[in-house]
Amino acid sequence: MERLPKWADVALVPLISLLFAAVISALVILAIGKDPVEALNTMVTGALGSAYGWGYTLYYTTSFIFTGLAVTVAFHAGLFNIGGEGQAQLGGLGVALVCLAVPWPHWTVALLAASLGAAAFGAAWAAIPAYLQAKRGSHIVITTIMFNYIGAALIVYMLVDVLRPAGQMDPATANFPKETELPTLNHIPGLNLIFEKGVPANVTLFIALAAAVAVWALLWHTRLGYQIRAFGKSEPAARYAGINPFRIIMISMLISGALSGLMSINNVMGEAGRLVQNSSEGAGFIGIAVALMGRNHPIGVVLAAVLFGFLYQGGAELGLWTSIPIELRTVVQGLVILFTGALDQMVRMLLAWVFNFRAQPRAA
Amino acid sequence: MADQANTGRQETAAPTPAYAIELKGISKAFGPVQANKDINIAVPRGTIHGIIGENGAGKSTLMSILYGFYKADSGAILINGQLTPIPDSQSAIRAGIGMVFQHFKLVQNFTVLENVILGAEDGPMLNSSLAKARKVLAGLSRDYELDVDPDALIEDLSVGHQQRVEILKALYRQAEILILDEPTGVLTPDEADHLFRILKGLKDQGKTIILITHKLREIMEATDNVSVMRRGTMVGTVKTAESSPESLAELMVGRKVLLEVEKKPATPGAVVLQVENLKVRDEHGVERLKGISFDIRAGEILGIAGVAGNGQSELLAALGGMMRASGKVTLKGADLPLSGKGADGQSRRSAGIAHVPEDRHHYGLILDFTAWENVAFGYHNDPKYQKNALFMDNAALRADTEAKMATFDVRPPIPTLAAKSFSGGNQQKIVVAREIERNPDLLLIGQPTRGVDIGAIEFIHKEIVALRDQGKAILLVSVELDEIMSLSDRIAVMFDGRLMGMRNPETTNERELGLLMAGMSGES
Repeated sequence: MERLPKWADVALVPLISLLFAAVISALVILAIGKDPVEALNTMVTGALGSAYGWGYTLYYTTSFIFTGLAVTVAFHAGLFNIGGEGQAQLGGLGVALVCLAVPWPHWTVALLAASLGAAAFGAAWAAIPAYLQAKRGSHIVITTIMFNYIGAALIVYMLVDVLRPAGQMDPATANFPKETELPTLNHIPGLNLIFEKGVPANVTLFIALAAAVAVWALLWHTRLGYQIRAFGKSEPAARYAGINPFRIIMISMLISGALSGLMSINNVMGEAGRLVQNSSEGAGFIGIAVALMGRNHPIGVVLAAVLFGFLYQGGAELGLWTSIPIELRTVVQGLVILFTGALDQMVRMLLAWVFNFRAQPRAA
Repeated sequence: MADQANTGRQETAAPTPAYAIELKGISKAFGPVQANKDINIAVPRGTIHGIIGENGAGKSTLMSILYGFYKADSGAILINGQLTPIPDSQSAIRAGIGMVFQHFKLVQNFTVLENVILGAEDGPMLNSSLAKARKVLAGLSRDYELDVDPDALIEDLSVGHQQRVEILKALYRQAEILILDEPTGVLTPDEADHLFRILKGLKDQGKTIILITHKLREIMEATDNVSVMRRGTMVGTVKTAESSPESLAELMVGRKVLLEVEKKPATPGAVVLQVENLKVRDEHGVERLKGISFDIRAGEILGIAGVAGNGQSELLAALGGMMRASGKVTLKGADLPLSGKGADGQSRRSAGIAHVPEDRHHYGLILDFTAWENVAFGYHNDPKYQKNALFMDNAALRADTEAKMATFDVRPPIPTLAAKSFSGGNQQKIVVAREIERNPDLLLIGQPTRGVDIGAIEFIHKEIVALRDQGKAILLVSVELDEIMSLSDRIAVMFDGRLMGMRNPETTNERELGLLMAGMSGES
């Protein structure tokens, strides 16, 4: 197969994939008798047209950066971690336990402790599938999927039978104390001139960006990252080099699970202020699409997370302001995932053909 | 472009139907790399035509174009004087071209017959096809010494027989033109002789054969004409009878080449490696090494000859810490753990063992990594590659890579280029540079020149001998008898997981070693 220039591979392929997804989405909207131009307009204005919209878009973006990075780290070790959803929800349990454990003096201390809790619980939930893969050869795709269900069931049990305050009807924890509330972008000096009150995007955004830098440094500038990438590229070669497969599988999955878990800082601590059922709302799965689209590079992941943040927020606006049902958001997301993830190769071949066609007259 | 094509190449100027294949002005670029530049070649019908050239000279690309795997950027293919576009391999088969690949494309758990008809069935029901194939195969076996049991499973056949099945597959599809890519790489000398008899038989029946090889001896032995390629261009076509190995080598490389390795007699010192009753089982529990013992002294090269798959790989893997083993191995008097803790590549490297693995694509390199990342491979814990406790010193690594590339003449000398973008010879130089520059006590080196061009072979051989002369012990495993004979100070032949005794390269000969390789030992 012909190779594409790097810029086309990195920028053009995702853009064209998106274009395809947009066109098909428009056709679907037409098919249900609505106006695609109005839909696009609503989505763009709602998600990007105001600081308020950005406040929501960036909130979703924050979660997707974490889950996208989680998939990225595992991917570089040759492991497909589909368990981001379960690891994120368990991370939420860690956040809740930490926030409710002791009276915290200040949000910074609470944030630090809750981050550790989130990361530890997420990592622990990834550790079991990782161990089964490393020692028993149980395929990590299967086990992490199963652990999503086990995790969800565990959360329900914890919420209904253990953490629910006496007399409360819905399965959720008590509200976290006021001291654990994270500052939103509105509370940050400077940014408060842009973002109004009530936007959910909070300081976790900066932790997410720092995590992206950390993952980049880990993968391309440390010995551990070097070994992770070598192992991911070729297990026989890693054995030749004396890289311990068990160690690499465990460590990369622990990091991956910790990153998934950390997303709960954003939604459980930063937004909801308590742990409810299904707190991650599918962000663990979106992370797979984000990593795929972001070419498993932290910069790509951040950009793709912004895109999916836009889709999430814009889709919600659709349900709010137009007669287009909110379920269409799922359709649009599905199409974006289909085109950027699954049909990526198709677009690539198409582009290679176009590039060849262009190059042909020069050769003759 | 047509004008350039004719300059200096008379034999392609006037096409006549006497040529089975003519390639005219074939060019093919992969990105910035020009793999084939204006290639002209004409193969007369009923001849064996050799194509020889260094790795990366563009032989494989050219044959892939002929077989429809790649599309040429420009140029024309004529089969029997007819302009024949070959957009895919189906068209190549229809045009009467059959290809025997270096790595066979057979279904292991199918019978010979089933493999032969695969993709050439007459209809949805197999019985009639199988019956027809059985008859055709019987005829072919009789005519060409191509005897293979049609009902045997491929996995039960020796490599030589599997290769015959590949040839039968092509003939069953009525190939008139047969292309063989490095066919003798996996054969014993006897099997190779047999193959050449088969090819001569085919030639006598009017078939045309293209033989791609890097072995000059085979070219001299088997071909009528030979075309030499260098760096994507065709530098000439000569009658084999009017050429010599030396002149062909010079054409290939573009300068005079030493075909013999220059080396002083060895001056062996103290025992460096002592192996006693080494046994290895593979993951299926099959015993691959059945208790072998030998030693290597300082300043000595021990060559292990043998047909691939007789336990040589397992020997290297066990000594390199990649595979569990039992027995007793000492390096300079210290025990090497053969299983459990300490039996891994890192421990072996710190003990002073360097390892150039047999298969650089699978083990020695990460092809997607850059050259400098590969230079750290296995030595990523080396303090000189660390900036501090946290980060690796990528800049130091790149500088180190640049230095190694200069010393070992790696081309192109670009540390940031991906390993897969280098030719086979240059990839191997990267691996050899990485391992030899560690100044190890013991060097394990497997198939040091597999898929490596002549120029690089000469270079790598010199480096191995130089390391020996520094007083290091070297274990050389190779399926190339010439290489074993010219480099080794002692030769052991491996057969079925056992060593068939030691031989002195001065007093033994290819015939004796060939018999040992086939498991026939007179004495030991």
